[in-house]
Amino acid sequence: MELHELGIARAGKLLAERRISSLELTSALIERIEKHDDKLGAFLSVYKEKALGQARKADKDIAAGNFTPMTGIPVALKDLLCVNGMKTTCASKILENFIPRYDAHVVKKLNQAGAVIMGKTNMDEFAMGSSTENSAFKLTRNPWNPDHVPGGSSGGSAAAVAAGFCCAALGSDTGGSIRQPASHCGIVGLKPTYGRVSRFGLVSYASSLDQIGPMAGSVEDTAILLNTIAGHDKMDSTSAEKPVPDFTQAFEIFEKQGLKGMTAGIPEEYLAIEGLDPEVEKIFKDACRVLEDMGVKIRQISLPNTKYVVAAYYIIAPCEASSNLARFDGVKYGMRKADCEDMMDLYKKTRSEGFGSEVQRRILIGTFALSSGYYDAYYARASKVRTLIMQDFSNAFETCDIILSPVAPAPAFRLGEKTNDPLTMYLTDIFTLSANMAGVPGISVPAGFSDSGLPVGIQMMAGHFDEMTLFRAGYGFEKNNGLTRSFPEF
Amino acid sequence: MKISRDEVMKIAHLARLEIDEDGIGSMTDQMGRILEYIDKLKDADVEGVGLSSGTALMNNVLRDDIPSGSPGPEVTLANAPERDQDFYTVPRVVK
Repeated sequence: MELHELGIARAGKLLAERRISSLELTSALIERIEKHDDKLGAFLSVYKEKALGQARKADKDIAAGNFTPMTGIPVALKDLLCVNGMKTTCASKILENFIPRYDAHVVKKLNQAGAVIMGKTNMDEFAMGSSTENSAFKLTRNPWNPDHVPGGSSGGSAAAVAAGFCCAALGSDTGGSIRQPASHCGIVGLKPTYGRVSRFGLVSYASSLDQIGPMAGSVEDTAILLNTIAGHDKMDSTSAEKPVPDFTQAFEIFEKQGLKGMTAGIPEEYLAIEGLDPEVEKIFKDACRVLEDMGVKIRQISLPNTKYVVAAYYIIAPCEASSNLARFDGVKYGMRKADCEDMMDLYKKTRSEGFGSEVQRRILIGTFALSSGYYDAYYARASKVRTLIMQDFSNAFETCDIILSPVAPAPAFRLGEKTNDPLTMYLTDIFTLSANMAGVPGISVPAGFSDSGLPVGIQMMAGHFDEMTLFRAGYGFEKNNGLTRSFPEF
Repeated sequence: MKISRDEVMKIAHLARLEIDEDGIGSMTDQMGRILEYIDKLKDADVEGVGLSSGTALMNNVLRDDIPSGSPGPEVTLANAPERDQDFYTVPRVVK
Protein backbone atom coordinates (compact mmCIF):
# COMPACT_ATOMS: atom_id res chain seq x y z
CA MET A 1 0.00 0.00 0.00
CA GLU A 2 1.29 3.43 -0.92
CA LEU A 3 1.58 6.26 1.57
CA HIS A 4 -1.22 8.35 0.04
CA GLU A 5 -3.64 5.44 0.46
CA LEU A 6 -3.21 5.08 4.20
CA GLY A 7 -5.67 7.43 5.83
CA ILE A 8 -5.63 8.28 9.55
CA ALA A 9 -6.05 4.93 11.30
CA ARG A 10 -3.56 2.95 9.23
CA ALA A 11 -0.99 5.75 9.06
CA GLY A 12 -1.41 6.27 12.82
CA LYS A 13 -0.64 2.62 13.45
CA LEU A 14 2.46 2.64 11.23
CA LEU A 15 3.65 5.89 12.83
CA ALA A 16 3.17 4.48 16.32
CA GLU A 17 5.11 1.36 15.34
CA ARG A 18 7.82 3.59 13.86
CA ARG A 19 7.52 1.82 10.52
CA ILE A 20 7.02 5.14 8.74
CA SER A 21 7.77 8.70 9.78
CA SER A 22 5.46 11.67 9.53
CA LEU A 23 8.17 13.39 7.50
CA GLU A 24 8.06 10.60 4.90
CA LEU A 25 4.28 10.61 4.83
CA THR A 26 3.95 14.40 4.67
CA SER A 27 6.63 14.70 1.99
CA ALA A 28 4.97 12.02 -0.12
CA LEU A 29 1.61 13.77 0.04
CA ILE A 30 3.08 17.18 -0.74
CA GLU A 31 4.88 15.68 -3.70
CA ARG A 32 1.58 14.21 -4.87
CA ILE A 33 -0.10 17.62 -4.57
CA GLU A 34 2.76 19.27 -6.49
CA LYS A 35 2.50 16.67 -9.21
CA HIS A 36 -1.26 16.46 -9.65
CA ASP A 37 -3.17 19.34 -8.08
CA ASP A 38 -2.88 21.50 -11.19
CA LYS A 39 -5.32 19.00 -12.74
CA LEU A 40 -7.75 19.16 -9.79
CA GLY A 41 -7.48 22.56 -8.13
CA ALA A 42 -8.25 21.22 -4.65
CA PHE A 43 -5.91 23.56 -2.76
CA LEU A 44 -5.86 27.34 -2.56
CA SER A 45 -2.63 27.31 -0.58
CA VAL A 46 -0.09 24.70 0.49
CA TYR A 47 2.31 25.42 3.35
CA LYS A 48 5.10 23.01 2.55
CA GLU A 49 7.78 24.22 4.96
CA LYS A 50 5.37 24.66 7.86
CA ALA A 51 3.94 21.19 7.26
CA LEU A 52 7.37 19.57 7.07
CA GLY A 53 8.32 21.37 10.29
CA GLN A 54 5.20 20.05 12.04
CA ALA A 55 5.97 16.57 10.68
CA ARG A 56 9.52 16.67 12.13
CA LYS A 57 8.13 17.76 15.47
CA ALA A 58 5.54 14.97 15.35
CA ASP A 59 8.28 12.41 14.69
CA LYS A 60 10.15 13.63 17.77
CA ASP A 61 7.00 13.44 19.89
CA ILE A 62 6.27 9.93 18.68
CA ALA A 63 9.84 8.87 19.43
CA ALA A 64 9.38 10.26 22.93
CA GLY A 65 6.17 8.26 23.33
CA ASN A 66 4.08 11.42 23.49
CA PHE A 67 1.41 11.12 20.83
CA THR A 68 -2.29 10.90 19.97
CA PRO A 69 -4.08 9.12 17.09
CA MET A 70 -3.66 12.36 15.07
CA THR A 71 0.05 12.98 15.74
CA GLY A 72 1.93 13.32 12.47
CA ILE A 73 -1.22 12.94 10.36
CA PRO A 74 -1.39 15.41 7.42
CA VAL A 75 -4.76 17.15 7.13
CA ALA A 76 -6.19 19.92 4.95
CA LEU A 77 -8.55 22.69 6.03
CA LYS A 78 -11.37 24.36 4.16
CA ASP A 79 -10.28 27.93 3.57
CA LEU A 80 -12.79 29.45 5.98
CA LEU A 81 -11.03 28.16 9.10
CA CYS A 82 -8.66 30.69 10.61
CA VAL A 83 -5.06 29.63 11.15
CA ASN A 84 -2.67 32.10 12.72
CA GLY A 85 -0.34 33.25 9.94
CA MET A 86 -2.04 31.34 7.09
CA LYS A 87 -4.07 33.14 4.49
CA THR A 88 -7.80 32.56 5.02
CA THR A 89 -9.71 33.75 1.98
CA CYS A 90 -13.12 32.03 2.04
CA ALA A 91 -12.43 31.83 -1.71
CA SER A 92 -13.45 35.50 -1.90
CA LYS A 93 -11.70 38.48 -3.40
CA ILE A 94 -12.75 40.49 -0.37
CA LEU A 95 -10.49 38.34 1.86
CA GLU A 96 -7.82 37.63 -0.73
CA ASN A 97 -5.00 38.85 1.52
CA PHE A 98 -6.51 38.22 4.94
CA ILE A 99 -4.08 36.59 7.36
CA PRO A 100 -5.72 35.78 10.70
CA ARG A 101 -3.77 36.40 13.87
CA TYR A 102 -5.40 33.62 15.84
CA ASP A 103 -6.31 29.94 15.45
CA ALA A 104 -9.83 28.58 15.14
CA HIS A 105 -10.74 26.30 18.04
CA VAL A 106 -10.59 23.22 15.79
CA VAL A 107 -7.14 24.26 14.59
CA LYS A 108 -5.97 24.62 18.18
CA LYS A 109 -7.29 21.12 18.86
CA LEU A 110 -5.50 19.71 15.80
CA ASN A 111 -2.27 21.40 16.85
CA GLN A 112 -2.58 20.07 20.39
CA ALA A 113 -3.10 16.60 18.95
CA GLY A 114 0.05 16.94 16.84
CA ALA A 115 -1.62 16.92 13.41
CA VAL A 116 0.19 18.34 10.38
CA ILE A 117 -1.69 21.14 8.61
CA MET A 118 -0.83 21.01 4.91
CA GLY A 119 -2.85 23.90 3.58
CA LYS A 120 -6.22 25.37 2.73
CA THR A 121 -8.74 24.00 0.28
CA ASN A 122 -10.95 25.60 -2.32
CA MET A 123 -14.65 26.18 -1.70
CA ASP A 124 -17.65 28.11 -2.88
CA GLU A 125 -17.18 31.72 -1.84
CA PHE A 126 -18.22 32.06 1.83
CA ALA A 127 -19.54 28.46 1.58
CA MET A 128 -22.42 29.57 -0.63
CA GLY A 129 -22.91 26.98 -3.33
CA SER A 130 -23.12 23.30 -4.13
CA SER A 131 -20.35 22.90 -6.72
CA THR A 132 -17.28 24.95 -5.69
CA GLU A 133 -17.80 26.90 -8.93
CA ASN A 134 -18.46 30.04 -6.88
CA SER A 135 -14.81 30.27 -5.83
CA ALA A 136 -13.31 33.62 -6.84
CA PHE A 137 -9.96 31.96 -7.53
CA LYS A 138 -10.19 28.66 -9.32
CA LEU A 139 -12.30 25.71 -10.37
CA THR A 140 -12.00 22.42 -8.57
CA ARG A 141 -12.59 19.31 -10.65
CA ASN A 142 -14.08 16.02 -9.56
CA PRO A 143 -11.18 13.55 -9.12
CA TRP A 144 -13.28 10.82 -10.76
CA ASN A 145 -14.08 12.85 -13.85
CA PRO A 146 -12.49 16.24 -14.51
CA ASP A 147 -15.49 17.47 -16.51
CA HIS A 148 -17.69 17.26 -13.43
CA VAL A 149 -17.92 19.34 -10.26
CA PRO A 150 -16.64 17.93 -6.95
CA GLY A 151 -19.78 19.21 -5.21
CA GLY A 152 -19.67 21.98 -2.66
CA SER A 153 -19.21 24.03 -0.83
CA SER A 154 -16.39 21.97 0.74
CA GLY A 155 -15.41 20.72 -2.74
CA GLY A 156 -11.68 21.31 -2.34
CA SER A 157 -11.55 19.31 0.91
CA ALA A 158 -13.54 16.44 -0.64
CA ALA A 159 -11.39 16.35 -3.80
CA ALA A 160 -8.18 16.50 -1.73
CA VAL A 161 -9.20 13.50 0.40
CA ALA A 162 -10.48 11.53 -2.60
CA ALA A 163 -7.25 12.16 -4.52
CA GLY A 164 -5.06 11.05 -1.63
CA PHE A 165 -3.54 14.52 -1.14
CA CYS A 166 -4.15 14.36 2.62
CA CYS A 167 -5.22 11.75 5.17
CA ALA A 168 -8.36 13.73 6.01
CA ALA A 169 -9.78 17.24 5.89
CA LEU A 170 -12.13 19.55 7.69
CA GLY A 171 -15.09 21.12 5.97
CA SER A 172 -18.13 23.06 7.08
CA ASP A 173 -21.76 22.23 6.46
CA THR A 174 -24.57 24.80 6.47
CA GLY A 175 -26.96 22.96 4.16
CA GLY A 176 -25.02 19.89 3.00
CA SER A 177 -21.60 21.35 2.24
CA ILE A 178 -19.72 18.43 3.82
CA ARG A 179 -22.06 15.56 2.96
CA GLN A 180 -22.79 16.41 -0.68
CA PRO A 181 -19.17 16.83 -1.88
CA ALA A 182 -18.25 13.72 0.15
CA SER A 183 -20.91 11.81 -1.79
CA HIS A 184 -19.80 13.25 -5.13
CA CYS A 185 -16.13 12.43 -4.49
CA GLY A 186 -16.60 8.98 -2.96
CA ILE A 187 -15.47 9.70 0.60
CA VAL A 188 -17.07 9.89 4.06
CA GLY A 189 -18.30 13.23 5.40
CA LEU A 190 -20.01 13.99 8.69
CA LYS A 191 -21.99 17.02 9.75
CA PRO A 192 -22.01 16.75 13.53
CA THR A 193 -24.92 17.84 15.71
CA TYR A 194 -25.28 21.61 15.93
CA GLY A 195 -23.25 22.50 19.02
CA ARG A 196 -20.95 19.45 18.96
CA VAL A 197 -17.96 21.37 17.57
CA SER A 198 -16.94 24.92 18.42
CA ARG A 199 -17.11 27.37 15.53
CA PHE A 200 -14.75 29.91 17.03
CA GLY A 201 -12.53 30.93 14.13
CA LEU A 202 -14.87 29.68 11.42
CA VAL A 203 -15.87 32.56 9.15
CA SER A 204 -19.64 32.64 9.63
CA TYR A 205 -22.20 32.20 6.89
CA ALA A 206 -25.50 31.30 8.62
CA SER A 207 -24.89 30.98 12.33
CA SER A 208 -27.94 28.93 13.30
CA LEU A 209 -26.99 26.30 10.70
CA ASP A 210 -23.18 26.28 10.29
CA GLN A 211 -21.24 23.32 11.66
CA ILE A 212 -17.62 22.17 11.19
CA GLY A 213 -17.05 18.49 10.50
CA PRO A 214 -14.61 15.80 9.38
CA MET A 215 -14.13 14.43 5.85
CA ALA A 216 -12.06 11.29 5.38
CA GLY A 217 -11.58 8.07 3.46
CA SER A 218 -13.35 5.83 5.95
CA VAL A 219 -15.93 5.95 8.73
CA GLU A 220 -13.22 5.06 11.24
CA ASP A 221 -11.00 7.98 10.17
CA THR A 222 -14.00 10.30 10.36
CA ALA A 223 -14.64 9.23 13.96
CA ILE A 224 -10.99 9.71 14.97
CA LEU A 225 -11.02 13.23 13.54
CA LEU A 226 -14.31 14.08 15.28
CA ASN A 227 -12.83 12.83 18.57
CA THR A 228 -10.09 15.42 18.10
CA ILE A 229 -12.21 18.47 17.31
CA ALA A 230 -15.42 17.95 19.33
CA GLY A 231 -16.27 19.51 22.66
CA HIS A 232 -17.30 22.66 24.44
CA ASP A 233 -15.33 25.87 24.01
CA LYS A 234 -15.99 28.97 26.02
CA MET A 235 -15.34 31.10 22.94
CA ASP A 236 -18.43 29.68 21.19
CA SER A 237 -21.47 29.92 23.42
CA THR A 238 -23.45 27.70 21.03
CA SER A 239 -21.01 24.81 21.57
CA ALA A 240 -22.70 22.32 23.86
CA GLU A 241 -21.47 21.50 27.35
CA LYS A 242 -21.95 17.82 26.72
CA PRO A 243 -19.42 15.11 27.39
CA VAL A 244 -17.75 13.87 24.21
CA PRO A 245 -17.67 10.07 24.04
CA ASP A 246 -14.86 8.21 22.28
CA PHE A 247 -16.59 7.76 18.94
CA THR A 248 -14.39 4.81 17.98
CA GLN A 249 -16.34 2.81 20.60
CA ALA A 250 -19.03 2.61 17.93
CA PHE A 251 -16.86 0.08 16.11
CA GLU A 252 -16.49 -2.11 19.18
CA ILE A 253 -20.25 -2.04 19.60
CA PHE A 254 -20.58 -3.06 15.97
CA GLU A 255 -18.07 -5.89 16.34
CA LYS A 256 -20.08 -7.24 19.28
CA GLN A 257 -23.65 -6.64 18.19
CA GLY A 258 -23.60 -5.80 14.51
CA LEU A 259 -26.58 -3.64 13.61
CA LYS A 260 -29.12 -5.91 15.23
CA GLY A 261 -31.94 -4.10 16.97
CA MET A 262 -31.49 -0.97 14.86
CA THR A 263 -34.45 0.57 13.05
CA ALA A 264 -34.00 2.79 10.00
CA GLY A 265 -36.70 5.06 8.63
CA ILE A 266 -37.07 6.02 5.00
CA PRO A 267 -39.10 9.20 4.54
CA GLU A 268 -41.85 8.53 2.02
CA GLU A 269 -41.59 12.12 0.78
CA TYR A 270 -37.94 11.68 -0.24
CA LEU A 271 -38.34 9.02 -2.88
CA ALA A 272 -41.24 10.89 -4.45
CA ILE A 273 -39.03 13.87 -5.17
CA GLU A 274 -39.05 15.13 -8.73
CA GLY A 275 -35.71 14.82 -10.48
CA LEU A 276 -34.40 11.86 -8.47
CA ASP A 277 -31.96 10.15 -10.80
CA PRO A 278 -32.86 6.46 -11.38
CA GLU A 279 -29.25 5.36 -10.82
CA VAL A 280 -29.12 7.19 -7.49
CA GLU A 281 -32.46 5.66 -6.54
CA LYS A 282 -31.18 2.18 -7.37
CA ILE A 283 -27.93 2.63 -5.42
CA PHE A 284 -29.98 3.93 -2.50
CA LYS A 285 -32.39 1.00 -2.55
CA ASP A 286 -29.51 -1.48 -2.83
CA ALA A 287 -27.89 0.18 0.17
CA CYS A 288 -31.11 -0.18 2.17
CA ARG A 289 -31.12 -3.87 1.28
CA VAL A 290 -27.53 -4.26 2.51
CA LEU A 291 -28.57 -2.77 5.84
CA GLU A 292 -31.69 -4.91 5.97
CA ASP A 293 -29.63 -8.04 5.35
CA MET A 294 -27.52 -7.05 8.35
CA GLY A 295 -30.60 -7.10 10.55
CA VAL A 296 -31.66 -3.45 10.39
CA LYS A 297 -35.42 -3.09 10.48
CA ILE A 298 -36.47 -0.74 7.69
CA ARG A 299 -39.71 1.17 7.98
CA GLN A 300 -41.36 3.94 6.08
CA ILE A 301 -41.68 7.21 7.95
CA SER A 302 -43.09 10.61 7.10
CA LEU A 303 -41.44 14.04 7.21
CA PRO A 304 -44.51 15.94 6.04
CA ASN A 305 -42.87 19.37 5.84
CA THR A 306 -40.18 18.26 3.39
CA LYS A 307 -41.91 20.27 0.67
CA TYR A 308 -41.09 23.52 2.50
CA VAL A 309 -37.48 22.77 3.41
CA VAL A 310 -35.74 24.42 0.44
CA ALA A 311 -37.91 27.55 0.60
CA ALA A 312 -37.48 27.97 4.37
CA TYR A 313 -33.73 27.38 4.15
CA TYR A 314 -33.26 29.91 1.36
CA ILE A 315 -34.84 32.55 3.58
CA ILE A 316 -33.15 31.71 6.88
CA ALA A 317 -29.63 31.20 5.51
CA PRO A 318 -29.56 34.39 3.37
CA CYS A 319 -31.04 36.46 6.22
CA GLU A 320 -28.27 35.33 8.54
CA ALA A 321 -25.70 35.77 5.78
CA SER A 322 -26.79 39.34 5.06
CA SER A 323 -26.18 40.14 8.70
CA ASN A 324 -22.93 38.15 9.10
CA LEU A 325 -21.38 39.56 5.94
CA ALA A 326 -22.13 43.16 6.90
CA ARG A 327 -18.74 43.11 8.66
CA PHE A 328 -16.92 43.13 5.32
CA ASP A 329 -16.87 46.84 4.69
CA GLY A 330 -13.31 47.63 3.70
CA VAL A 331 -12.42 49.27 7.01
CA LYS A 332 -10.92 46.80 9.47
CA TYR A 333 -9.66 43.99 7.26
CA GLY A 334 -9.91 42.61 3.77
CA MET A 335 -10.02 44.39 0.47
CA ARG A 336 -10.62 48.11 0.15
CA LYS A 337 -11.48 49.85 -3.06
CA ALA A 338 -9.15 52.80 -3.56
CA ASP A 339 -10.11 56.43 -4.21
CA CYS A 340 -13.58 56.48 -2.71
CA GLU A 341 -15.33 59.78 -2.13
CA ASP A 342 -16.98 59.02 1.18
CA MET A 343 -17.91 56.14 3.46
CA MET A 344 -21.00 55.08 1.50
CA ASP A 345 -18.95 55.02 -1.67
CA LEU A 346 -16.26 52.97 0.10
CA TYR A 347 -18.74 50.40 1.42
CA LYS A 348 -20.57 49.97 -1.85
CA LYS A 349 -17.57 49.83 -4.15
CA THR A 350 -15.61 47.51 -1.85
CA ARG A 351 -18.49 45.09 -1.35
CA SER A 352 -19.61 45.08 -4.99
CA GLU A 353 -16.14 44.37 -6.23
CA GLY A 354 -15.15 42.06 -3.38
CA PHE A 355 -18.17 39.73 -3.35
CA GLY A 356 -19.05 37.39 -6.20
CA SER A 357 -22.51 37.22 -7.72
CA GLU A 358 -23.92 34.32 -5.64
CA VAL A 359 -22.85 36.01 -2.41
CA GLN A 360 -24.39 39.28 -3.56
CA ARG A 361 -27.58 37.46 -4.53
CA ARG A 362 -27.91 35.86 -1.08
CA ILE A 363 -27.14 39.14 0.68
CA LEU A 364 -29.86 40.81 -1.39
CA ILE A 365 -32.43 38.08 -0.70
CA GLY A 366 -31.62 38.24 3.01
CA THR A 367 -31.74 42.03 3.12
CA PHE A 368 -35.05 41.98 1.27
CA ALA A 369 -36.59 39.40 3.60
CA LEU A 370 -35.50 41.35 6.68
CA SER A 371 -36.47 44.76 5.33
CA SER A 372 -39.31 46.75 6.80
CA GLY A 373 -42.71 45.23 6.08
CA TYR A 374 -41.48 41.81 4.97
CA TYR A 375 -40.21 40.26 8.20
CA ASP A 376 -43.45 38.45 9.10
CA ALA A 377 -44.10 37.17 5.60
CA TYR A 378 -40.59 35.78 5.15
CA TYR A 379 -38.23 35.36 8.10
CA ALA A 380 -40.87 34.77 10.78
CA ARG A 381 -42.78 32.37 8.57
CA ALA A 382 -39.62 30.47 7.59
CA SER A 383 -38.64 30.25 11.25
CA LYS A 384 -42.05 28.77 12.14
CA VAL A 385 -41.77 26.29 9.28
CA ARG A 386 -38.37 25.36 10.72
CA THR A 387 -40.12 24.56 14.01
CA LEU A 388 -42.40 22.22 12.08
CA ILE A 389 -39.39 20.56 10.41
CA MET A 390 -37.79 20.05 13.84
CA GLN A 391 -41.01 18.48 15.07
CA ASP A 392 -41.08 16.17 12.04
CA PHE A 393 -37.64 14.90 13.03
CA SER A 394 -38.49 14.49 16.73
CA ASN A 395 -41.57 12.50 15.75
CA ALA A 396 -39.59 10.38 13.31
CA PHE A 397 -36.89 9.52 15.86
CA GLU A 398 -39.57 8.15 18.18
CA THR A 399 -39.98 5.29 15.74
CA CYS A 400 -36.49 4.83 14.29
CA ASP A 401 -32.81 5.19 15.25
CA ILE A 402 -31.57 6.51 11.94
CA ILE A 403 -33.13 8.08 8.85
CA LEU A 404 -31.82 6.95 5.47
CA SER A 405 -31.85 9.00 2.29
CA PRO A 406 -29.84 9.76 -0.81
CA VAL A 407 -27.37 12.64 -0.35
CA ALA A 408 -28.02 14.40 -3.65
CA PRO A 409 -30.69 13.66 -6.25
CA ALA A 410 -28.08 12.92 -8.95
CA PRO A 411 -24.35 12.21 -9.26
CA ALA A 412 -22.03 15.22 -9.65
CA PHE A 413 -23.19 17.39 -12.54
CA ARG A 414 -20.99 18.81 -15.27
CA LEU A 415 -18.95 21.96 -14.71
CA GLY A 416 -20.98 24.94 -15.89
CA GLU A 417 -24.21 22.95 -16.17
CA LYS A 418 -26.12 24.85 -13.48
CA THR A 419 -24.20 28.09 -13.02
CA ASN A 420 -26.76 30.27 -14.77
CA ASP A 421 -29.70 28.97 -12.82
CA PRO A 422 -29.31 29.48 -9.08
CA LEU A 423 -32.76 28.12 -8.22
CA THR A 424 -32.10 24.76 -9.91
CA MET A 425 -28.85 24.53 -7.96
CA TYR A 426 -30.71 25.27 -4.69
CA LEU A 427 -33.22 22.48 -5.37
CA THR A 428 -30.44 19.87 -5.46
CA ASP A 429 -29.90 20.48 -1.72
CA ILE A 430 -33.24 18.91 -0.79
CA PHE A 431 -31.91 15.84 1.09
CA THR A 432 -29.22 17.59 3.08
CA LEU A 433 -30.84 20.86 4.22
CA SER A 434 -33.14 19.24 6.79
CA ALA A 435 -30.33 18.02 9.06
CA ASN A 436 -29.12 21.61 9.38
CA MET A 437 -32.63 22.95 9.89
CA ALA A 438 -33.27 20.38 12.64
CA GLY A 439 -29.72 20.56 14.06
CA VAL A 440 -29.25 16.78 13.88
CA PRO A 441 -26.11 14.95 12.71
CA GLY A 442 -25.82 13.44 9.24
CA ILE A 443 -23.19 11.29 7.59
CA SER A 444 -22.54 10.52 3.92
CA VAL A 445 -21.00 7.12 3.24
CA PRO A 446 -19.95 5.86 -0.23
CA ALA A 447 -22.55 3.45 -1.62
CA GLY A 448 -21.60 2.85 -5.24
CA PHE A 449 -20.76 4.32 -8.62
CA SER A 450 -22.98 5.46 -11.45
CA ASP A 451 -22.58 3.75 -14.83
CA SER A 452 -20.44 6.69 -15.91
CA GLY A 453 -18.07 6.09 -13.00
CA LEU A 454 -19.13 8.85 -10.61
CA PRO A 455 -19.38 8.03 -6.89
CA VAL A 456 -22.73 8.12 -5.09
CA GLY A 457 -23.17 8.12 -1.31
CA ILE A 458 -26.05 7.51 1.03
CA GLN A 459 -26.99 9.67 3.96
CA MET A 460 -27.79 8.55 7.49
CA MET A 461 -29.19 10.98 10.03
CA ALA A 462 -29.66 10.43 13.77
CA GLY A 463 -31.07 12.27 16.78
CA HIS A 464 -29.27 15.16 18.47
CA PHE A 465 -25.81 14.21 19.77
CA ASP A 466 -26.18 10.63 18.60
CA GLU A 467 -23.20 10.55 16.21
CA MET A 468 -22.31 7.23 17.85
CA THR A 469 -25.24 5.52 16.14
CA LEU A 470 -24.22 7.03 12.79
CA PHE A 471 -20.67 5.72 13.18
CA ARG A 472 -21.94 2.27 14.11
CA ALA A 473 -24.37 2.09 11.18
CA GLY A 474 -21.95 3.76 8.77
CA TYR A 475 -19.12 1.41 9.74
CA GLY A 476 -21.36 -1.63 9.38
CA PHE A 477 -22.56 -0.46 5.99
CA GLU A 478 -19.01 0.29 4.82
CA LYS A 479 -17.90 -3.24 5.78
CA ASN A 480 -20.75 -4.93 3.97
CA ASN A 481 -21.47 -2.87 0.87
CA GLY A 482 -18.92 -4.67 -1.29
CA LEU A 483 -16.89 -1.52 -2.00
CA THR A 484 -13.21 -1.19 -1.23
CA ARG A 485 -11.62 2.20 -1.15
CA SER A 486 -10.13 3.08 -4.49
CA PHE A 487 -8.31 6.13 -5.76
CA PRO A 488 -8.87 7.94 -9.04
CA GLU A 489 -6.08 7.65 -11.58
CA PHE A 490 -4.32 10.72 -12.87
CA MET B 1 -43.72 37.42 -5.52
CA LYS B 2 -42.35 39.47 -8.37
CA ILE B 3 -39.79 42.06 -7.48
CA SER B 4 -39.21 45.20 -9.50
CA ARG B 5 -35.96 46.68 -10.72
CA ASP B 6 -36.45 49.69 -8.44
CA GLU B 7 -36.99 47.47 -5.43
CA VAL B 8 -33.78 45.57 -6.17
CA MET B 9 -31.96 48.91 -6.40
CA LYS B 10 -33.41 49.97 -3.04
CA ILE B 11 -32.46 46.66 -1.39
CA ALA B 12 -28.97 46.91 -2.90
CA HIS B 13 -28.55 50.31 -1.27
CA LEU B 14 -29.65 48.91 2.11
CA ALA B 15 -27.14 46.06 1.67
CA ARG B 16 -24.42 48.55 0.65
CA LEU B 17 -24.04 46.98 -2.77
CA GLU B 18 -23.86 48.66 -6.13
CA ILE B 19 -25.32 46.81 -9.09
CA ASP B 20 -24.42 48.17 -12.49
CA GLU B 21 -26.78 48.59 -15.43
CA ASP B 22 -25.62 45.34 -17.04
CA GLY B 23 -26.28 43.29 -13.93
CA ILE B 24 -29.55 44.71 -12.67
CA GLY B 25 -31.75 42.98 -15.23
CA SER B 26 -30.54 39.46 -14.55
CA MET B 27 -30.36 40.03 -10.78
CA THR B 28 -34.00 41.23 -10.78
CA ASP B 29 -35.00 38.24 -12.84
CA GLN B 30 -33.15 35.70 -10.68
CA MET B 31 -34.35 37.19 -7.40
CA GLY B 32 -37.89 37.22 -8.78
CA ARG B 33 -37.73 33.53 -9.60
CA ILE B 34 -36.24 32.64 -6.22
CA LEU B 35 -38.86 34.68 -4.35
CA GLU B 36 -41.61 33.16 -6.45
CA TYR B 37 -40.40 29.71 -5.38
CA ILE B 38 -40.22 30.86 -1.75
CA ASP B 39 -43.90 31.84 -1.96
CA LYS B 40 -44.53 28.13 -1.32
CA LEU B 41 -44.14 28.98 2.35
CA LYS B 42 -47.54 30.68 2.20
CA ASP B 43 -49.12 27.23 1.93
CA ALA B 44 -47.60 26.03 5.20
CA ASP B 45 -50.00 25.96 8.11
CA VAL B 46 -48.11 27.83 10.83
CA GLU B 47 -51.14 28.84 12.88
CA GLY B 48 -50.10 28.69 16.55
CA VAL B 49 -46.55 27.56 15.73
CA GLY B 50 -43.72 29.35 17.55
CA LEU B 51 -40.53 30.75 16.09
CA SER B 52 -37.80 28.12 16.03
CA SER B 53 -35.46 28.29 18.95
CA GLY B 54 -34.20 24.77 19.13
CA THR B 55 -30.89 22.96 19.32
CA ALA B 56 -28.19 25.00 20.98
CA LEU B 57 -30.22 28.19 21.07
CA MET B 58 -32.36 27.08 24.02
CA ASN B 59 -30.85 29.11 26.82
CA ASN B 60 -28.78 32.19 27.26
CA VAL B 61 -25.15 31.61 28.05
CA LEU B 62 -23.79 34.02 30.61
CA ARG B 63 -20.31 34.47 32.05
CA ASP B 64 -18.59 36.80 34.44
CA ASP B 65 -17.17 39.89 32.86
CA ILE B 66 -13.49 39.46 33.67
CA PRO B 67 -11.07 41.94 32.07
CA SER B 68 -8.20 40.36 30.19
CA GLY B 69 -5.27 41.62 28.17
CA SER B 70 -5.59 43.15 24.73
CA PRO B 71 -3.61 41.67 21.86
CA GLY B 72 -2.38 45.20 21.13
CA PRO B 73 -2.54 47.36 18.01
CA GLU B 74 0.03 45.38 16.00
CA VAL B 75 -2.22 42.33 16.09
CA THR B 76 -5.54 44.12 15.98
CA LEU B 77 -4.58 46.32 13.05
CA ALA B 78 -2.51 43.70 11.25
CA ASN B 79 -5.09 43.35 8.48
CA ALA B 80 -6.14 47.01 8.25
CA PRO B 81 -6.37 48.00 4.58
CA GLU B 82 -5.19 51.49 5.55
CA ARG B 83 -3.92 52.75 8.87
CA ASP B 84 -2.22 55.71 10.41
CA GLN B 85 -0.18 54.59 13.42
CA ASP B 86 -2.68 52.92 15.75
CA PHE B 87 -5.80 54.02 13.90
CA TYR B 88 -7.81 52.77 10.97
CA THR B 89 -8.17 55.47 8.36
CA VAL B 90 -11.30 56.02 6.30
CA PRO B 91 -12.40 58.66 3.80
CA ARG B 92 -13.50 61.94 5.32
CA VAL B 93 -16.77 61.50 7.21
CA VAL B 94 -17.55 65.11 8.18
CA LYS B 95 -17.56 67.48 5.24
